[in-house]
Amino acid sequence: MGVSIQVKNLNAWFGKKQALFDITMTAAANHCTALIGPSGCGKSTFVRCINRMHETIPDAKATGSVKIGEVDAYNGTSAPQLRRRVGMVFQKPNPFPTMSVYDNVAAGLKLNRFRSNAKQMDEIVERSLKNAALWDEVKDDLKKKSGASLSGGQQQRLCIARALAVEPEVVLMDEPCSALDPISTGKIEDLIFQLKQNYTILIVTHNMQQAARVAEYTGFFLLGKLIEFEKTTKIFTTPSDKRTEDYITGRFG
Amino acid sequence: MRTRFQQGLDELREKLLRMGGLAEQAVERACQAYIDRDLNGCHQVLENETLINAAERDIDETAFDLMAMQQPMAVDLRFLLAVVKINADLERVGDQAVNIAERVMDMVELPAVELPVDIPRMATAVSAMVRRSLESFVEGKAELAQAVLEMDNVVDRMRDDAFIVLVKKMNTNPEATRQALDALLIARNLERVADHATNIAEDVIFWVRGDDVRHNAAQEAPVQPTAGTTGS
Repeated sequence: MGVSIQVKNLNAWFGKKQALFDITMTAAANHCTALIGPSGCGKSTFVRCINRMHETIPDAKATGSVKIGEVDAYNGTSAPQLRRRVGMVFQKPNPFPTMSVYDNVAAGLKLNRFRSNAKQMDEIVERSLKNAALWDEVKDDLKKKSGASLSGGQQQRLCIARALAVEPEVVLMDEPCSALDPISTGKIEDLIFQLKQNYTILIVTHNMQQAARVAEYTGFFLLGKLIEFEKTTKIFTTPSDKRTEDYITGRFG
Repeated sequence: MRTRFQQGLDELREKLLRMGGLAEQAVERACQAYIDRDLNGCHQVLENETLINAAERDIDETAFDLMAMQQPMAVDLRFLLAVVKINADLERVGDQAVNIAERVMDMVELPAVELPVDIPRMATAVSAMVRRSLESFVEGKAELAQAVLEMDNVVDRMRDDAFIVLVKKMNTNPEATRQALDALLIARNLERVADHATNIAEDVIFWVRGDDVRHNAAQEAPVQPTAGTTGS
């Protein structure tokens, strides 16, 4: 099951430049929360702080508290342990090009030193591909077809399957559909709806219609600050802050 | 700034105002025709109804195109929704003007009788409501719209008073029954125009403030979000 993501007083820097300012918000368990805002507003940095990818950049640092359920992401948990709980899907599908579809899904498990026999591995790969709504399209060529031979939309679902294979509690998605056509986008959005039953989803998107379609809650970032966090219907119909309204109506940004 | 979208919204606003002018004029002409017992005035109201109907279709089409092509959000979405609803109300105002004109045409066929009802006074109050509701739309001012809502009760009382005195007239003076009934129906038509002006004012408040004030909705408890907090 998914767990909540609780962020308190999160600040982040790239060297001396502060990128996030005192962010406090909670993404509810088993719901989808969307983050919107103009380019450079800090939403991707925010997401990368949640799975501690931000600290992999030289001179980057973050302060504050991030909890995945009851687990403190920055105290008493190693980054690899944390990333076992927090899956991530990126803007551009990034399957391992030389690996088969099967091996792409299994790779996440192997990287996490998951020990299993072949039968267990088969079951996990099948379950993950089914959960990513890709199984029916690849089941006949599972071990022959390379991940790179799939279409863009299929590759993105393969990456989602790879993220799901380690059974995370939270799935972070950083513009997962920006490189996809409307049909593939529709499939990913349908998938997000199904995934919410078992995972907590946090999605960064530039597509406001997409945020409106898939997320129950939406946060608006501007210049590193969380300006407004509310139910999605409220944000897109009657936002409280003028800056939110100006952004979503296209008056700036 | 989305310039083309803004131009589309401005164009829609102008179209709706023109239609508002036609509807307002139709009610005033019909009421003037009542005062003057003027058949020509009645015919003008009937002829102008086609202009109002055409305007309604044009506004709906423009709003529909903007929704489909520009995917409006927040205040723009509320504006377009309000325009579509105001458009329907203005078309109904036009219909009520036609109903009044038809009643006047019926009355003009008969010798004039003294009726104990002040239709011109009621028409003045109703026209003021329509005009102010349109002003609140033009200026995007919820306070002006709120004032229109408060005028509705006055017109309702006028309609009730008209009903009482006209029924009494029918009882005491049966030969005046047909014209008294026409006047009663005109009072009811005017009261409905006031209801449409009220609807327009409610739509303006929804557009400007995002508040749904229909059917005393404000008295119902608002739904609060159950998760999430706002950061700075």
